[in-house]
Amino acid sequence: MSVLSEARPACSEGFAPKTVVFPPDRPLLTDGGGRIAPLAIAYETYGQLNAARSNAILLCHALTGDQYAAGVNPVTGKSGWWEAMVGPGKPFDTDRYFLICSNVVGGCMGTTGPASINPTTGKPYGVDFPVVTIRDMVRAQAMLIDHLGVETLFCVAGGSMGGMQVLQWAASYPERVFSAMPIATAAKHSAQNIAFHEVGRQAVMADPDWRSGRYQEQGVRPEKGLAVARMSAHITYLSEAALQRKFGRKLQDRSAPTFSFDADFQVENYLRYQGLAFVERFDANSYLFVTRACDYFDLAADYGGSLAMAFKDTKTRFCVVSFTSDWLYPTSDSRAIVHALNAGGASVSFVEIESDKGHDAFLLHEPMFIATTRGFLDSAADARGLAPDGTSK
Amino acid sequence: MTFTPAADAPERPAQPLEQPRLDLAVIAEMVAPGARVLDVGCGDGALLKLLAQKKGVDGRGVELSQRGVNECVAKGLSVIQGDADTDLSDYPDDGFDYVILSQTLQATRRPRAALANMLRIGRRAIISFPNFGYWRVRAQLAFSGRMPVTGRLDYHWHDTPNIHLCTIRDFVEIVDELGAHIERGVAFDRAGAPIRFSAPWWVWNFFGEQAVFLLERGGRRR
Repeated sequence: MSVLSEARPACSEGFAPKTVVFPPDRPLLTDGGGRIAPLAIAYETYGQLNAARSNAILLCHALTGDQYAAGVNPVTGKSGWWEAMVGPGKPFDTDRYFLICSNVVGGCMGTTGPASINPTTGKPYGVDFPVVTIRDMVRAQAMLIDHLGVETLFCVAGGSMGGMQVLQWAASYPERVFSAMPIATAAKHSAQNIAFHEVGRQAVMADPDWRSGRYQEQGVRPEKGLAVARMSAHITYLSEAALQRKFGRKLQDRSAPTFSFDADFQVENYLRYQGLAFVERFDANSYLFVTRACDYFDLAADYGGSLAMAFKDTKTRFCVVSFTSDWLYPTSDSRAIVHALNAGGASVSFVEIESDKGHDAFLLHEPMFIATTRGFLDSAADARGLAPDGTSK
Repeated sequence: MTFTPAADAPERPAQPLEQPRLDLAVIAEMVAPGARVLDVGCGDGALLKLLAQKKGVDGRGVELSQRGVNECVAKGLSVIQGDADTDLSDYPDDGFDYVILSQTLQATRRPRAALANMLRIGRRAIISFPNFGYWRVRAQLAFSGRMPVTGRLDYHWHDTPNIHLCTIRDFVEIVDELGAHIERGVAFDRAGAPIRFSAPWWVWNFFGEQAVFLLERGGRRR
């Protein structure tokens, strides 16, 4: 294998992600005509790959997620993003399955992205980084899966932008995906989705410290712009009911309004905190690139405008999940996916989970969602011939 | 006479009639081995499971209740949360060999559209339903002057999910209007014994407590 290096480089933050680096002779050629080489992919694995290599699951993270799906995220010190679902005895059972999660291309947690060094200039790529698509992210993941010696994934699962990757996997590599769980996602970005992303990007670019995307070289960071982007996006992840229940009009550490632009309301304080916490861990240019990748996503467009054609004759077993209060990727988006799968004669289950927690529900402890996932994976494992201990029957 | 306020109408249950499902065995018997089957209103998946085991069918389900869908998914069945009234139109023509609607027709808002969709999606449709022409039902209305509440129709008028009840005669008529052909039919009396297929319609309509029909798209009549 012509892999340049498999290393755990010490990063400035003191954590050491698993990283595979593909050398310049194995570039990632992007949909936009770009070329990313060398390509580093940072990833984590949980559990053990069985002898038949038949129990591997790829977890695809959402917009600002990373490879730390479970355990403790060494950067934030917090639990992994899918702690509710991944671990011993959980639906994505680390005692049964071999779980792989990698940082997307264009990200900022060890995989090559706009903050990486451009080999041509010796400086950070910045906005010169090729605009990547969901399909490019999936291509990079396929390179990693090849590298790990896995031919067929038992399951590909993910929510939101991760769900888009799941759909792309099923369309691009149907024979390599035994089962698929696209969750709280859509087969294309709507005008509203694009609009919210554009607000976020404009907030970043309006920050004087963005410096036309060259802030790294100038030793500054567009933190205010990125925080505003996160604040506006965060609202879209929650439902109106959840915001009302959590904050209502409650005041923050005071008994009366101050008649100023201080964060009088708890909801203001909360959003400011979300913005500040986000800029600690995320690169502003990466935010531009990953939001753009979502906006360009329109799976049907690659198949003559017919989403059903994307899944024609697929043997993959699908479980599509939406949440009642998710207005970012509403149930109608999931139904469109289900209709296309039905039209293609695919094996598909679809559940709309009752929840008032909005889009973020897929990351939280939702008992019905957990039960559905467990049921789907258990039956798929039976069909795949996986014993409860993860060995091949 | 005292008036009790009507309870809020309950959500339409997955299977409005929670009786021992005599009809399921009959339906399973009507399905050809290895067929592609869509079970509309599949509940907890009992029929799909039965069909998979006995007939090796490639089965799919549609079910309204989240609990039902979850139970089905946990059994390894491919089931979609959806509604016979609104979601059948999304299925392509001829996607299935059989489309089944068991004990659900009377709870749909637009039964005729549901039947038409079934015969579009599948060449054959199997429908089971409670017969409102059954003599005990008639007798209750005739002699007590009250809306009938029987073993198979055990709801009161104000809380029933069964909004479009029909008799066997009514059903045969709508099948004719839809240009479909009754390939087979079975009516059961209260004891679950089948009434002879050769018996005249009025006998079915009078003594049959429930019926199962296998329809085929096309013009011929029985």
